[in-house]
Amino acid sequence: MNKVRALIVDDSSVMRKIVERSLRQAGLDLSEVREAGNGVEGLGALKDSGVDLILCDINMPVMDGVEFLRQLQGQEHAKGVPVVMITTEGSESHVVQALSLGARGYIRKPFTPEQVKEHVIPLLEKK
Amino acid sequence: MNGADQAAASSPEAFPDWQPLLELAAREVFELMLNCKLESHGDLESSSGELIAMVGLAGQLRGLVSLRCTAKTAALLASRMLGAEIPQEDQRVFDAAGEISNMVAGNFKNKLTGIADKCMLSVPTVIIGSNYNCHSMADRAPLRVTMLFEGAPLTVTLEIHS
Repeated sequence: MNKVRALIVDDSSVMRKIVERSLRQAGLDLSEVREAGNGVEGLGALKDSGVDLILCDINMPVMDGVEFLRQLQGQEHAKGVPVVMITTEGSESHVVQALSLGARGYIRKPFTPEQVKEHVIPLLEKK
Repeated sequence: MNGADQAAASSPEAFPDWQPLLELAAREVFELMLNCKLESHGDLESSSGELIAMVGLAGQLRGLVSLRCTAKTAALLASRMLGAEIPQEDQRVFDAAGEISNMVAGNFKNKLTGIADKCMLSVPTVIIGSNYNCHSMADRAPLRVTMLFEGAPLTVTLEIHS
């Protein structure tokens, strides 16, 4: 698999590191990892150049993951980039809402590295 | 939500049944995210640790889920999560404790049939110190589960407002 640039959006810096570690454990060769603490920072991280994969929490201050997904639709550098939600919000309505706004996967916290692999690798292989 | 689920959500008699779910929610978080098992101990008293991480519940289920332990134990939590030794005064200790309480609260509410869709979580808040009193507005006795993490007591509490 080619080198992957990833954007991880989560208000917990500890969780961002765990997600990054899970991506590496899944076998991804990460050439760049951008981190953002909320949706606004996430959009800012895509202002100048794109990434190959976005992983995003839902419950965040300033701008949550659902609003981030909405605003991502108008971003030039986000076109065609798969977004996977990683969140404690595991209800069906949250899943449906995220998928309807363009998310391509949904992982509930707590999660295992295997779950990250199952959700992320097929998305990157399809690109 | 069907009638039985609604009754289960609002009936005081159903509340004690949630204790095993709260314990299971905490155990799963520690096993999956920290790769360690919480140990049970029948005679354990609640942790009197100085760190409390709290997540609010709003919507059909209103209340608070909190996790209490010592700062030393919280530093161990953060170290386990990050795979590196984290000192007690590091900000990541609060971050890790908050995130664990968030996952326990989310995992718990997702186990309640018909509740998950109608209950929202707040972002976590972490308090550290000993010179304060916390007055709960909950109108029922809280559910408490105390387990051992690396030999140290750690208490998960659920307080519910009708």
